[in-house]
Amino acid sequence: MSETPKSGGNDYEAQLAKSSVAVAEFDHAPRGLIGTVQHVLHANPTFVPVIVLVASIAVFGVIAGERFFSPFNLSLIMQQVSIIGILAAAQTLIILTAGIDLSVAAIMVLMSVISGKLAVQFGVPAPLAILVSFAGGIAAGYLNGWLVTKIKLPPFIATLGTWNVFFALNLWLSGAQSIRGADIDTTAPLLKFFGNTIQIGDARLTYGTLLMIAIFVALWYVLNKTAWGRHVYMIGDDKEAAELAGIRTDRTLRQVYMLAGFICALAAWASIGRVGSISPQSFYEGNLESITAVVIGGISLFGGRGSIMGALFGALIVGVFQSGLRLAGVDVLWQVFAIGWLIIIAVAIDQWIRKVSA
Amino acid sequence: MTKTLKTLLLSGAAAVAFTGMAQAQSADGVTACLITKTDTNPFFVKMREGATEAAEAAGITLQTYAGAIDGDVESQVAAVETCIAAGASGILITPSDSRALEPVITQARDAGLLVIALDTPFEPADTADATFATDNFEAGRLIGAWAAATMGDAAADARIATLDLNPSQVSVDYLRNQGFMTGFGIEVNDPTRIGDEDDARIVGHDVTNGSAEGGRTAMENLLQVDSGINLVYTINEPAAAGAYEALSAFGLADQALIVSVDGGCPGVRDVAAGVIGATAMQFPLRMASLGIEAIIAHATDGTMPANTEGLDFYNTGVMLVTDQPVDGVESITSAEALELCWG
Repeated sequence: MSETPKSGGNDYEAQLAKSSVAVAEFDHAPRGLIGTVQHVLHANPTFVPVIVLVASIAVFGVIAGERFFSPFNLSLIMQQVSIIGILAAAQTLIILTAGIDLSVAAIMVLMSVISGKLAVQFGVPAPLAILVSFAGGIAAGYLNGWLVTKIKLPPFIATLGTWNVFFALNLWLSGAQSIRGADIDTTAPLLKFFGNTIQIGDARLTYGTLLMIAIFVALWYVLNKTAWGRHVYMIGDDKEAAELAGIRTDRTLRQVYMLAGFICALAAWASIGRVGSISPQSFYEGNLESITAVVIGGISLFGGRGSIMGALFGALIVGVFQSGLRLAGVDVLWQVFAIGWLIIIAVAIDQWIRKVSA
Repeated sequence: MTKTLKTLLLSGAAAVAFTGMAQAQSADGVTACLITKTDTNPFFVKMREGATEAAEAAGITLQTYAGAIDGDVESQVAAVETCIAAGASGILITPSDSRALEPVITQARDAGLLVIALDTPFEPADTADATFATDNFEAGRLIGAWAAATMGDAAADARIATLDLNPSQVSVDYLRNQGFMTGFGIEVNDPTRIGDEDDARIVGHDVTNGSAEGGRTAMENLLQVDSGINLVYTINEPAAAGAYEALSAFGLADQALIVSVDGGCPGVRDVAAGVIGATAMQFPLRMASLGIEAIIAHATDGTMPANTEGLDFYNTGVMLVTDQPVDGVESITSAEALELCWG
C-alpha cells in the first residue's frame, strides 16, 4: 500500500502527450479545376452576378459602342433600375427566409397614392404624409407576417392575397386617377425629393439611386454583422434547427416582413421622384420584376443562401440588358425573351453550385 | 318559360322604358353588360359612368366587369361567359385582345346577345355586331398634321420618337401610330405594323404600357439613341407626362414637341401647361351611352346599329385640343376642352 507506483502504467499525462492533437476534419478529395471554380462560387455567392454584370457591360459596350459605355448612360441605367432595385432589396429579405412576397409593388404604389392624396389633395404637410406612408408600409408588412406566422399560410398564398387587397385599395383611394407632376411641384415638392440629381462629370446620380445603394449597404451590414441578420439566414436555411437553437423564429419572421414593408414605403417615396406623377397603374408587374432581379442575383429561392448585394447586381444586369439591346436597335420583344433566358440560366447555375454542399 | 316568351316580355319592358313611363328597376328588365379592359384607367371609369347613367335613365339592369390589367384576356372571357349565363340582352366590350376573344364572342352572338365593341375594334371588325369607337387613325392623323404645320419647314429635318403601347401591336396602338405618320406626311408601308417605315426622320420606337413610368424610361432610351429628338408621339397622356419628365431631366424640355391622344382631364391640363403641344380628345361617355341605347333598341325591335358612312364602325367623334391652333386642322382650346374632358 505504501509502495510508490511504477511509472508508466498510471502516468496519464505523459501518455496523453503522445496522442493526436488534431481536431476532427473533413477529407478533401482533390477537386480539379471545375470543382475548384464550383467551390469558390459556393463560398462567394455574389461572384456569378458580378461576372455576368461585368461581362454584359463589356459585350454591350462593344455592340452598342460609345453611347452605351458612357458614364452618362451607365448612371442612367442605375436610375432606371433604382425603384425595382429597392423593391428587390425588400424581396431579398423575404426570399432569404425561404418565403416570397408578391405584394411588394402593390404596397409601394398604395403608399405613394396615400402620401400623394394626403399631401396634394388634403393639404397635409408633406413630412407628415410621408411618415403616414412609412407607417402604412410597416403595417402592410405586419399583415403579411401575421398571415404567415399566426395563420400559417404559405408566404406565396398570403402575399398573393394581400397583393390583390392592396391593389384594390390603391384603386379605391386614387379613384384610378393620376396626380399630375405639376400639382405635386406646387403643393408638396418634398414628395419629389428623390428625383433630385447630383452631377459627377458626365454621370448623373439621382437621390433615388443613392437611396437604393444606401439601402443595400445598410441591409448588407445588418444581415452579415448582426445577430438578427444571422438569424434571418438560419431561419431560411432550417427553421426547425433555428427554433431548437433558441431563436424566436416567428417573431423574427414578422420583423422581416415589417422591414420589407418599410422598404417598400421608401420605394414609394423614391418612385414619385422617378416617375414625376403618381399613377396608380404604374409598376403593375413590379413584384415579378423584383423577383427577377433577386433570382438573377444568385439568391436561392429555397432560402438561407445568397448575398443581398446579389439582388443589386441582378437589377443592374436586367437594366444593362434592356439598355444595351435598346441601343443596339433590337425590338422590345427580344428584350423580354433575353430576360427570360437570364432567369433560367441564373437558377441553373445556382443549382449547379449547390451541388458542392450536397 | 320559353325563350320566345321571355324575349317578348323583356322587349315589352324595354319598350315601356323607352316611352318614358315610370319603370321600377327589376331583374325582369333588359340586362346589359359592360366589360372594360381595366377599371383603373379613368377612360374606362368614365365609360362606366356613361353606361350607368344611360342604363338608369332607361330603367335597365347593368352589370359591369373589368380585367385586372390591359391585356388580361382570361377575365374578359370569364365575364362574357357570365353575361351569357345571366341571360343578358347585350354586351358592350372593350377587348383586351382584338383577336383572342373571337370564340367566346361568337358564342355570345350564337346565344342571341347583341355584342358591341367599344373603343377598340375586333379583328376582323365583324367579330362583333357593331363597333362604337373613336376613329383612332383619325386621332393620330390630326396630331400628325398639327405637328407638321407647327414645325413648318423644320418638319423636313424632324427627329421623331414614337412611344407606343406594348409589343403586342394591338389595333388601337398601330392605328394611332400610323395615323400620326400619315398626318405628318411619312410614307407608311404596312398600315398594321408599327416601325416598318423607311423614313430617316424616325429615330425609333419604344413601348410604355401606357403608364407614366413606362413613358419616362422609353423616352430616356430613345434620347440615348439620339439626343436631338424634337417631336414625340405618345400613345396616351400618362406616357406623355413620363416623356416630359425624361426630357426635363435631360434639359431638353424646350427642344421637343409632344403630341398625344386621349383627352383625359390631367392631359388637357398638361396641354394648358405647355407639357403637351396637342392631344386628340375622344368621348368615352358617348360611346357607352350610345351602346346602351343600341342594346335597348335591339332588345325592343331587333334594330341593328349602323356604321358611319365609309367606315367599318360607328365613329363617336374625335377633336384636336391645342392652345396653338394651325390652319387646316380644326381644334378647340384647352379651356374649352376642360369642359368636355373625362377623368
